[in-house]
Amino acid sequence: MLTLFLLLPVAGALIAIALPAAREGEAKVIALAFTGLNFALAVVMYVVFDRGVEGYQFVERFEWIHGAGFTVQYVVGVDGLSAPLIVLLGLLSMVSVLVSWKIDVKPKHYFAWLLILESAVAGVFLSLDLIQFFLFWELELLPMFFLISQWGSGRRVYSAMKFLIYTLAGSALMLVGFLVIGFGAKTFDIEALTKTPPQETIVPLAIVFWAIMLAFLVKLPVFPLHTWLPDAHTDAPTAVSVMLAGVLLKMGGYGILRIVLPLMPNEAHDFSKVLATIAGFSVVWGAVITLRQTDLKRLVAYSSVSHMGYVLLGVSALGPVGLSGAALQMFTHGCITGLLFVMVGMIYDRTHTREIAKLRGLMHHMPLIGTVFIVAGLASLGLPAMSGFVAELTVFLGSIEAHPAATMAAVFGVVLSAGYILWTVERILHGPKTHDFHDLTDAKQWWEITAMAVLVVAIIGTGIWPAVLTDTVRLGIEPIAKIVEAAS
Amino acid sequence: MTFFDQVHAVGPALALYAGAGAVLSADLLQGRRASIWGLAVVAGVVSLGWTLAQLIVGVEAGALGGAVRVDAFSIYLAAIIGGVVLAVTLAAREWASTLEQAAEFYALLLVSAGSMVLLAQAEDLITLFVALETTSIAQFILVGITRNDRSSEAGLKYLLTGAVAAAILLYGFAFLFGMAGTTSLEGIAVWVASAPEAQRLPLMLAFVFVAVGIGFKMALVPSHAWAPDVYEGSPALVATFLSVASKAAGFAVAMRLFYTALGGGDTFISQDWGKMFAVLAALSMIVGNTGALLQTNAKRLLGYSSIAQAGNIAVGLAAVAAGSTAGPSGVLFFLGAYAVTNVGAFVVVSLVADRLGSEQIADYAGLVKRSPAAAIVLSLCLVSLTGIPPTAGFVAKVYVFNAAVQSGERWLLALVAFAVLNTAISAFYYLRWVRTMILDEPRDATPFRASGGVQFVLAVSAVGVLLFGLDPSPLIQAAQDAAAALL
Repeated sequence: MLTLFLLLPVAGALIAIALPAAREGEAKVIALAFTGLNFALAVVMYVVFDRGVEGYQFVERFEWIHGAGFTVQYVVGVDGLSAPLIVLLGLLSMVSVLVSWKIDVKPKHYFAWLLILESAVAGVFLSLDLIQFFLFWELELLPMFFLISQWGSGRRVYSAMKFLIYTLAGSALMLVGFLVIGFGAKTFDIEALTKTPPQETIVPLAIVFWAIMLAFLVKLPVFPLHTWLPDAHTDAPTAVSVMLAGVLLKMGGYGILRIVLPLMPNEAHDFSKVLATIAGFSVVWGAVITLRQTDLKRLVAYSSVSHMGYVLLGVSALGPVGLSGAALQMFTHGCITGLLFVMVGMIYDRTHTREIAKLRGLMHHMPLIGTVFIVAGLASLGLPAMSGFVAELTVFLGSIEAHPAATMAAVFGVVLSAGYILWTVERILHGPKTHDFHDLTDAKQWWEITAMAVLVVAIIGTGIWPAVLTDTVRLGIEPIAKIVEAAS
Repeated sequence: MTFFDQVHAVGPALALYAGAGAVLSADLLQGRRASIWGLAVVAGVVSLGWTLAQLIVGVEAGALGGAVRVDAFSIYLAAIIGGVVLAVTLAAREWASTLEQAAEFYALLLVSAGSMVLLAQAEDLITLFVALETTSIAQFILVGITRNDRSSEAGLKYLLTGAVAAAILLYGFAFLFGMAGTTSLEGIAVWVASAPEAQRLPLMLAFVFVAVGIGFKMALVPSHAWAPDVYEGSPALVATFLSVASKAAGFAVAMRLFYTALGGGDTFISQDWGKMFAVLAALSMIVGNTGALLQTNAKRLLGYSSIAQAGNIAVGLAAVAAGSTAGPSGVLFFLGAYAVTNVGAFVVVSLVADRLGSEQIADYAGLVKRSPAAAIVLSLCLVSLTGIPPTAGFVAKVYVFNAAVQSGERWLLALVAFAVLNTAISAFYYLRWVRTMILDEPRDATPFRASGGVQFVLAVSAVGVLLFGLDPSPLIQAAQDAAAALL
């Protein structure tokens, strides 16, 4: 089943590429069909998922490289940590196809890359072998690079290159770290390594810890490794921003939870103060920078830096509550920021500007878009009854004891985020009608309505009924928390 | 052993020699009208086919009165050498047709390759030396075959350093013969097994000379200095042959000498020569990688890269001495992976030199827009040389480094740490080249196409790089069988 989830988008991409040039426009239908099917598959998996047992489910494996003194396997499986992320991936991939409905530059290549991106990210979330994980981690770069550099705007080649270089530099260190661990333990199997964490390695584990951690921190991203993110977001097409903020950043947090903590719990304890400091600083600094943005898309991008700081804060607490909070924050931030980027894209499509100074009174012309933007904004600042609240609260509860100072800073970040969200809403949506925008139309097309509706349902749904998410996440977090606590 | 068994044993080499003879006779009798290219291809195919036949039938025997030995090890190397010579011949058709001495080119190529096959089979110091010299002399002429200044200079350089290396090697052989009283590798092994501790110093002298002498073929420090100059000066396809087949043959000889004759990891001196190879490997890596950083000429860069790669492979030799049995199979796997990778890279360089008239890396700008196939294959090969998955180069590096780590020896761990650091340096110049091809704008965007033979070689190379990266198990098995035959 999971292998099917991994391969369906690739199959869709191949079919899209094979389309004759005359029927190129149909690529989007194919992409929607395949991402929709994959989302359905993810939902079925999530429903069937057995919440009574810990550990990996739906595992499929075969030996891939063997006999050379080391073994590399193909293993896929989900647990409570990855299952929600797979649903999120399915959901956002579908949304990103919907918001790309009007792409008409080389559409078949565009949708093929988008589908391949889904497969690559799915591979990262599903892989249970370090080398396999690394392969998918690298594979994700190709579609991202081409999507930004070919279909982006502004300084797109520069931004795509920056994204590529940051990620490559990080992942080179990660590969070295993986190899050191694998050589020491004689296996790359994540499940086996989790059971018996590596002890003796040729390089001190503290160095390995940082080599791997750096790759994940770049991806998350946190200060000072975040500078690629605003550029990539600003110049990427809407759908790619949705994928980037919604699921790609989660690869960083996921990697920390899946690989760094269980495999190197002692080092995680040694450096938890450092991580908490980075996290607290990242939250506040990201929020302050967000306040100063004049470009709507850059604003949302910087708010991501701030919000992903919560994930690292939850991780650095190293307790079951904090870790659950981090996992929840990854899911909810994916939905919320995904929706924010969808809204920014819709506003830009109509007004052809992202300058906040030029936008005002949009609520008069586009009440639906305005309303959904406000919903997304409120969720982003952590309003109760929306998913963001549950996640942030859990993070703070988990971390207040371990890192009071960093937590206080992060709580202050919430205040700042209320500031920039409400101020932005006030500036662009309210105010007098202007003549410039008198002929704007509201969101009327079915693909726009659907894209907004599914995300709003997801955000409010998990906000008022968090158990649908927390029960599963707890199942995945508990074994990791046990390992980490045992090491202290 | 019947006459036919003897012929069968040396068949692959014989086919190449016969091909050389046929090429020369055809040229003599028919001149320009003769299809010498076709004859050379047939010779390569027959040699490769014969090697495969040996593999299937499973020959394991000494032949020619104990001078050569056919086993899984020699078959593995004969397959690499046969494959490379066939690839070079296939790719050379267009370029060689412009050559005044086309027949001599093919004939020398085949003679050199035939001697390399014999080299991999040699069981005796005399056979070894004769085969080595036959290979080298043919190569000296090949390097200078275009007869322009650069090519001649490279040929002379190669000849002079080669002669010095051969003298040093022979000196080492003389020590071995003087102590053991026999030229047979098995005989030397018997003597080493019971040699008194007092013989340690002369033995060490002997293997240092041997390593320096044979290091010339492997492009291993301290016999490496010729590689950048000679690669730059010689025709790209000759450089292909030197960098892949010659290196493979060099390592084959080293393995025969150090495993068979010096008793592998079981003797009292194995720690000594293991440490020697560790030092040579470390030096080769750093010299090759730092040298390559500043290069602007594609062939010079690949020359330095070839030195660095020799260092990587030598990590496997060092690992052996520490009692790690994965070492020899790692070396053999690396040679196979390196062959498909480097042939691809050099053939693209040859193609670009032919079409653009330039070997400057700056002129590769935007190659992906001019010849997507060439740019993609070269990128793939460079990624493989760096050692990034999912390519053959990645599995090869992990294989060899893992072998060294598993021994648990501290100095080997340090060597691997150093090798990993060097891989990071190498990523810089390999990936910079990839970047130039894909991202930079071409000065002149006219597309160009490769000839059929070149396209075929590039396709095979790309498939090999990916196949050995994604499903390396068959090649791993073959390398292990070959290593088992050696030990």
